[in-house]
Amino acid sequence: MQMNDKEWKPKIIAFCCNWCSYSGADLAGTNRLSYPAEVKIIRVPCSCRVNPMFILRAFQQGADGVILCGCHPGDCHYSTGNYHTRRRMTLLFSMLNYLGVESARTRVEWVSAAEGARFVSVMDGFVADITRLGPNRRLEDLRCKTN
Amino acid sequence: MQNELKWRGLELLKNGTIDRILGWRAGQFVYDITPDVFTDPEDLEKNFVYNEFCGANLSKYLIAESAKEGKVAVFLKPCDTYSFNQLCTEHRIHRENVYVIGIECYGKVSVDALRQRGIDGITGIRSEMGSLKIDTIYGEESVPAMEVYAERCRNCKSKKHVVFDELIGADGEVVDDCDRFDMVEKLEQMSAQERFEFWRGELSRCIRCNACRNVCPACSCEKCVFDNPKSGVLNKAAADSFEENMFHIIRAYHVAGRCTDCGECSRVCPEHIPLHLLNRKFIKDYNELYGDFVAGESVGQMSPVADFTTDRDAEPSVVQKGGDQ
Amino acid sequence: MQKIGVFVCWCGSNIAATVDVKAVAEAARKVPGVVFSADYQYMCSEAGQGLIKDAIKEHGLTGVVVCSCSPRMHEATFRKAVQAVGLNPYMLEVANIREQCSWVHKDMATATEKAIALMQAAVAKVTLNTPLTAGMTPVTKRALVIGGGIAGMQTALDIADAGYEVDIVEAKPTIGGKMAQLDKTFPTLDCSSCIVTPKMVEVGQHEKIHIYSYSEVTQIKGFVGNFNVTIKRKARYVDEAKCTGCGACTEKCPSRKAPNEFNMGLNNRTAVYIPFAQAVPKVATIDPEYCIKLTKGKCGACAKICEAGAINYEAKDEYIEVEYGAIVAATGFEMIDVSPYDEYAYTQSPDVVTSLEYERLMNAAGPTGGHLLRPSDGKEPKTIVFVQCVGSRESCSGGEMRGKPYCSKVCCMYTAKHAMLTKDHYPDTDIYVFYIDVRTPGKNFDEFYRRAVEQYGVHYIKGAVGKVTPEGGKLKVQASDLILNEQLHIDADMVVLAGAIEPNKSARPLATMLTASMDTNDFFTEAHPKLRPVESPTAGVFLSGMCQGPKDIPETVAQAGAAASKVIGLLAKDHLVGNPCVAHSDEWMCNGCSQCETVCPYGAITYEEKEFRMPDRTTKVRRVAQVNPAVCQGCGACTVTCPSGAMDLNGFSNAEIMAEVDALCR
Repeated sequence: MQMNDKEWKPKIIAFCCNWCSYSGADLAGTNRLSYPAEVKIIRVPCSCRVNPMFILRAFQQGADGVILCGCHPGDCHYSTGNYHTRRRMTLLFSMLNYLGVESARTRVEWVSAAEGARFVSVMDGFVADITRLGPNRRLEDLRCKTN
Repeated sequence: MQNELKWRGLELLKNGTIDRILGWRAGQFVYDITPDVFTDPEDLEKNFVYNEFCGANLSKYLIAESAKEGKVAVFLKPCDTYSFNQLCTEHRIHRENVYVIGIECYGKVSVDALRQRGIDGITGIRSEMGSLKIDTIYGEESVPAMEVYAERCRNCKSKKHVVFDELIGADGEVVDDCDRFDMVEKLEQMSAQERFEFWRGELSRCIRCNACRNVCPACSCEKCVFDNPKSGVLNKAAADSFEENMFHIIRAYHVAGRCTDCGECSRVCPEHIPLHLLNRKFIKDYNELYGDFVAGESVGQMSPVADFTTDRDAEPSVVQKGGDQ
Repeated sequence: MQKIGVFVCWCGSNIAATVDVKAVAEAARKVPGVVFSADYQYMCSEAGQGLIKDAIKEHGLTGVVVCSCSPRMHEATFRKAVQAVGLNPYMLEVANIREQCSWVHKDMATATEKAIALMQAAVAKVTLNTPLTAGMTPVTKRALVIGGGIAGMQTALDIADAGYEVDIVEAKPTIGGKMAQLDKTFPTLDCSSCIVTPKMVEVGQHEKIHIYSYSEVTQIKGFVGNFNVTIKRKARYVDEAKCTGCGACTEKCPSRKAPNEFNMGLNNRTAVYIPFAQAVPKVATIDPEYCIKLTKGKCGACAKICEAGAINYEAKDEYIEVEYGAIVAATGFEMIDVSPYDEYAYTQSPDVVTSLEYERLMNAAGPTGGHLLRPSDGKEPKTIVFVQCVGSRESCSGGEMRGKPYCSKVCCMYTAKHAMLTKDHYPDTDIYVFYIDVRTPGKNFDEFYRRAVEQYGVHYIKGAVGKVTPEGGKLKVQASDLILNEQLHIDADMVVLAGAIEPNKSARPLATMLTASMDTNDFFTEAHPKLRPVESPTAGVFLSGMCQGPKDIPETVAQAGAAASKVIGLLAKDHLVGNPCVAHSDEWMCNGCSQCETVCPYGAITYEEKEFRMPDRTTKVRRVAQVNPAVCQGCGACTVTCPSGAMDLNGFSNAEIMAEVDALCR
């Protein structure tokens, strides 16, 4: 895969909480609002279910960007789940950034079940950012491959 | 100081206050020291050692030792007491089975630092007024202590014992002006590409020997996720792409909020990877984002990593503001 | 080895017009583990479901993937279908190829490619799925209401009327709560005790309600449907069964120095007392702090006069254990201690009173018999200053916060009521009300307030009182009028402080016992601020009244009824069917570190010391986490905080999600 390859499409994994963001994504569909097909959604009960290991695993397996969507703070179905997500992901993303992984590859967005249009604009923006960045190289093999 | 410790240990063993004592056992060389449990006073008399090379943090061994019958005494340096408290918070140490002897500490020597200065064939060490006298087979050498102390001791964060049953030597204070975050800050100032290259240079040397994991008091899981087929990240050796990155990030993440920055991981790394810089990044981040927190300062603390607030809090997007994208 | 069947739905043309359904079905056959695939116009139809059922029987499928609309739409439908032919309903996964594929993508090739990826992820997950069975727990058909104020009484009555047994635990010797102390209620100005005392009688006489007055909850074990509660029955030194409530003892009692709580300490009562005439239960109580017999060993006047022989100086605290299916917290509120607000001179002059004290001063059953007389000299006040928001709506900017950040909600209205009632009885009284804002949302509330201003001529001044100085029998009030921007000096006879309300002090220890969460102000937190406002996040615990947040009487009664209906809904069930997608801990891997316990919002995790047979044939006692599946809601917060990965979530396990990630990244 090359950066200048016009055919290159990023791989994006979106973790969506069942109660808000997954419904928001469904609403985007119901309203026929289009967003890039590179976005593939994994349903989780709550954003706080997303283990940092899942995100690292996605990168390891070739994802170019990982986005996590949950209910807006204060609206969590489980009352406090997304507050945990907020801290965990802040610290994780800061660490990835510290390791030289472009911070634009990781994102958390709060999307409610009513925000189908917002889900679409978030995904459009995220895919555009990742497309600009090109393939994820910095979380690939560090020894076996050389540039 | 060695004699003082030994004498006190013998006394406690003989008068029945304790059944065992966790300390350091002399090895073949003066710097070749192993943490060990002494039950026999004679053995203690003969093989117990305490010198400038006794850097090992003994608190982790108490997970197993304090679960056994009888009482075990342990020698803890100020930084080790933080690990001890943290393990008590996590219910890993049976506090009632432990007798903590706090010991004064000015810093421990890195044998690698000595070797880098060309000092080899070491047969003895003693400290004299801020400098170290080192006996070698080639004669006596003298070096300023600060220059050959381990990194964690040069940037010592506290000389205060946060827990002890008795104290040998004096208790110190928390070091307010320690510079332990300087290197983290320096890395933060770099571009993402530079940081990436720095860490690639460091982490790619990892041989997955697991020494960091095995010595770490926070990394004390009954079964590590990397050894567990059900975790989905089972991985015993660096075989595939990005494994050592994954290992070190997850390791640092798992100990975040529990790591007391004792520096054992960096001390034991045979590849000299500055692993403490990962832990310190987390510490620096949560201090800056959620307020100062020192893991192990007291028993029963709530770590900011496990805690939350319903008020305004740092959003994950704060990360995007720093560094290039 | 799993045998997976994949069923691709066309959804008419909703999916089939954009996704090549045949290609998806074709691709499915190439996925390892898939032994059957098919496509059909409407999978959710009878015929579509029949297709799935037949394939399960014919091919002995162990797992099913349906590629169709959102699982939020038809997951339940398909689960029922597979269960009908004996497959565990949790061996089914839905790949959302409509809302998240055909409806949002236009290009057929792209959409088909994505649909295949989503199908593969679902297959990867279902391959790792394990059959799950929802746990069943029986329900004890008895409810506990903690607190016997208007909230607790209303909740208890509604539950009892539905036919369930209810116990009320009340800390005071009588039920009735704060409402029994009020004089009139806004905005109708009807007499408070005229409406609350019949309720108290109704509660006291209800055959399904049992009142434990002068009692406290000291321990709560168990979980939804199965709580075990220890109630401490404080020694009242009077046998409740024998006491007739005649009150003869209270007349004879020589100890008359105990402050009368019912009158906010404005007068004294005897050591043996009945809080007020309409108390329920109408039983005397001996205050051990003031009783001469109990403190000095001599006296016994009450025992001599009591014809029923109810007095028992030897009584001891008793503890009883009762089983409940549901618990309602109705612990109510208190007014904050206003003495730290030294600028209002509350501690310096008896004529500076709180609103609740003022309420008693106006009440016909109060210390002054309903005549408004100032406490210092018993004269009628001619000028009264009301200070609003004492301790409410404070911001912490500029140092330490003395009071509360929230609005106490009821003060604006009761102050208007106080002003009007005072003017009604003593028309020549001058009344000033200093306020930040006047907040009167509610039916007939603003009309009520405007009446105070327009008809009664109460002086409402937007501004703050800076200082109250007692001087020569007057209270010199220094204040600023923020609208006219001028300093005011008022010589008042009385100052009334509308102190902030705060949750009752017993709420926090109770929350700890209930493992129910609280906010920083010690109000109970609701399970969802909008959708589940009367439930605590802890299953089986419900909230009624002020303990959840400031509210007035109609709101309290409405919430009390809502809490009761939730309790009735719970108690109506013989068994609780749990959600099987709950966390569980692998005991062999658990470190016992308690991190999961601290993040669980439901208190579903406890720790146990358990004996383990180790591989080397020794036994070892280890501290391990236990998840109560009846309480766990399945959010997964614990699974991430667990460093060893011992904690995992049924239906969304680490391995399952990781398999989805792998499949989607392929």
